[in-house]
Amino acid sequence: MTTSSDNRGKCEILLTVNGKPESVRVYPMERLLDVLRHELGLTGAKEGCGEGECGSCSVLMNGELVNSCLIPVLQAAGANLTTIEGLAHGFQLSALQAAFLECGGAQCGICTPGMILASRYLLNKKPDPTLDDIREGLSGNLCRCTGYTQIFDAVAEAARRRDPA
Amino acid sequence: MRSNPADYELIAPGKLQSVVRLLAEEPDEWLPIAGGTDVMVQYAAGKLPARKLVSIWNLPELQGIDVQPQEIRIGAGCNYTQLRENEVIAREFPLLASAARWTGGIANQNRGTLGGNIVNASPAADSLPALLAYEAELILVSIRGERRVPYLGFHTGYKKVQLASDELIRTICIRRAFSEYFQYARKVSARNAQAISKVCIAALGRLRGGVIDDLRMALGSVAPVPLRLTEVERIVREKAVEPELAQLARKATAAAIQPIDDIRSTARYRSAVAGNLVVEFLERLRDSGKTA
Repeated sequence: MTTSSDNRGKCEILLTVNGKPESVRVYPMERLLDVLRHELGLTGAKEGCGEGECGSCSVLMNGELVNSCLIPVLQAAGANLTTIEGLAHGFQLSALQAAFLECGGAQCGICTPGMILASRYLLNKKPDPTLDDIREGLSGNLCRCTGYTQIFDAVAEAARRRDPA
Repeated sequence: MRSNPADYELIAPGKLQSVVRLLAEEPDEWLPIAGGTDVMVQYAAGKLPARKLVSIWNLPELQGIDVQPQEIRIGAGCNYTQLRENEVIAREFPLLASAARWTGGIANQNRGTLGGNIVNASPAADSLPALLAYEAELILVSIRGERRVPYLGFHTGYKKVQLASDELIRTICIRRAFSEYFQYARKVSARNAQAISKVCIAALGRLRGGVIDDLRMALGSVAPVPLRLTEVERIVREKAVEPELAQLARKATAAAIQPIDDIRSTARYRSAVAGNLVVEFLERLRDSGKTA
């Protein structure tokens, strides 16, 4: 852990974001979501509810799915973070992203980054998920556009393709 | 109104000893924060009274699930995912496993901790009736040392707990005495996922010669605290589950609870559902064939 805190002020926090080392000087209670968006310019993680209900701010922290709106950035010090920006290789979409496009799993796009990261986490744990696994894996991610069927189809399709990303 | 992070202090000493020393030296100044699934919600809403927070997330001393021959000792910092993935909990403590599965979505299960759930002391928390049914005990730690207390009685009123200002929950202990019991948990809420209970129950029991030999029942969301149904248990113990007994249990349940109208439900609905859940448990226990 690499933090130097001067009690009431800002502290320097080192993070690895999508494989790249980053250093930010922020207040320790700033939300990880705000640091990603405002300090690092990574606006893929969205703020929906701001209270851990909707999942649109989902990121992977040390491989674990978390709601970045509920994480004070000090608790992410030294962590390895994956955001939606880290999934594609240049213009080459990951299989999950491609499957979401092909299956119509994205509409307005607000929930999509969180849906895809929750799916990534699910497939890391269960490469061959049942429909119930998919439903449970995405139960913390709310979509208000498409309904969920096409999203579930997309995850199942990506699993069939054995998405390596 | 959203909180301004510049108004808050947060430190992460990284060692239990440093945290409890801080709590002792500056009593009531520091709020421990683990996974933040409750604290950060208050913070985001501008409703967090504390200005100084001390992180206990990932403190090694609060981690781990230690399976002893007589009891299982769950570190207070264990999250719901860890509870769900533990084989002994899945096999012997299904009430706790179910509650862990029902609490929040996956991302919250990766951050929410059992100790945090106890101290947050929501009467609607899903894991707390399970801890009452299992007669859990808590090991509390402070700079003065450790003490072990029964979980029953830990909640003294709405959001009030018997924790001194310098104490943390270190461990939740549950006797491995219930694997032969019939165990029953049910959550009634608007949806299956990401919903807080209207009413939830955790109960276990066993039969002997056609009567109830032993049982424990607890409800959530029906009183200012998670509620063990001691009086209902007394009424049905040593009795056969018959329609008359079910009626008595239903009445005793209605008398024991203090449900309220709120955003999720009404007192009337909660009272009816609480009675139904108790009776459903008793009938399933009767039909379970689980004998002493």
